Amino acid sequence: MNEKVTAGQITPSQTVGPFYGYALPFTGGGDLAPPGDPRGITLHGRVLDGEGAPVPDALLEFWQAHPDGSRTGAPGSMRRDPVTGAVLGRHGVDFTGFGRVSVDADGHYALRTLPPPPDAPYISVAVFARGLLLHLYTRAYLPGRHEDDALLRGLPPERRATLLAVPEREGVHRFDIRLQGGAGEETVFLEFR
Amino acid sequence: MSELTHQDVIDAEMAAVRPDGGAHPSRSYGPYRSTALRHPVQPLVVVEDPEAVELTGPVFGHTDVTALDNDLTRQHPGEPLGERITVTGRVLDSGGRPVRGQLVEIWQANASGRYAHQRDQHPAPLDPNFTGVGRCLTDGEGGYAFTTVKPGAYPWRNHLNAWRPAHIHFSLFGTAFTQRLVTQMYFPGDPLFPYDPIYRSVTDPAARERLVAEYVHELSRPEQSLGYRFDIVLGGPRATWTEQQDRQGDDAA
Ligand SMILES: [Fe+3]
Repeated sequence: MNEKVTAGQITPSQTVGPFYGYALPFTGGGDLAPPGDPRGITLHGRVLDGEGAPVPDALLEFWQAHPDGSRTGAPGSMRRDPVTGAVLGRHGVDFTGFGRVSVDADGHYALRTLPPPPDAPYISVAVFARGLLLHLYTRAYLPGRHEDDALLRGLPPERRATLLAVPEREGVHRFDIRLQGGAGEETVFLEFR
Repeated sequence: MSELTHQDVIDAEMAAVRPDGGAHPSRSYGPYRSTALRHPVQPLVVVEDPEAVELTGPVFGHTDVTALDNDLTRQHPGEPLGERITVTGRVLDSGGRPVRGQLVEIWQANASGRYAHQRDQHPAPLDPNFTGVGRCLTDGEGGYAFTTVKPGAYPWRNHLNAWRPAHIHFSLFGTAFTQRLVTQMYFPGDPLFPYDPIYRSVTDPAARERLVAEYVHELSRPEQSLGYRFDIVLGGPRATWTEQQDRQGDDAA
């Protein structure tokens, strides 16, 4: 079903570098959940390097299914004012499924979103940073039907644990991303074929 | 301030890296020093799941861009300094299909090689009439176009006397999250190519060449701007049920 990527044609990746900060992040980038939606949850954590130090210049993107299972998303993540060009933000009704957050000086991010559906109980994450020549993919799994999940089932327990968001309190989940480390430390990163 | 490596040491390291046959750089490319603690050492886990959420991706529309977002020379009251250029091209998937109605974002240094970013300490002047950020949606053929100024080269502290060749950063979305790409476009004939570990992190010469825009005289506008073409091909699998996505693309285009 999937085309085989022909390495002879595709455009190579290059690092996002240190200076994307005035270009890519946008106001409300981490606020996927329409305001006031009672289902709203928070996913937060830190991006860490091979020494466990925070990566202060990482950019994270998030993509997930709608709570009803839909995977088509919706436009309007970064609405702009056609008069001034300013960012208007999301209009607070549609769930676009897409988020983008740059971490703070402590490497910390926070995403406010709706819970993904039970049959795809994860938020897909793409990690960009200075020093990362090709972005990385991972998944933050929220409570759901993990026993059905092919990816989780195929991992040894210590690796599997790096993909499970840790409940901190009602509606708040912790998910750290460690770019490099031992098998039980380094986050499982994914390659799609 | 730590002692910086000399260029000849970096040159020798770059020369020692054998092409691995892939188009993308290795994440553990030593001559680019920042990779050291930021690349995975555990094997990546392969996902071959037709139900994977990543086989679909974010969608964008006309509310996400304004008409002037693709002209970086008209975002301030005055005219920016520098040589006017236009950059056009098409975004395709690995099967050669146009990627329609998707978001293309660019950012770049000004003509002096300075970013409008607080952490850029290069003592070249900022240009009050140039920010260096643009975006647009691809049209029905996957086409995009930007008007801007040619960015300057700039120094960085990877090693002693390290300079980045002039480049424009590009961010691209396909129809699947797996097709996401962030890259850099370079200008033909740049004398800094042999010395730059980021450009040379793409070890396959043919793949590296695909990062260099082509000067196309017919795209130059008389007494206005020089024209470059930069086509982009996205890798990564996508869902097969793309009819609906194609329709969305038509609407957006
Ligand atoms: Fe740059």
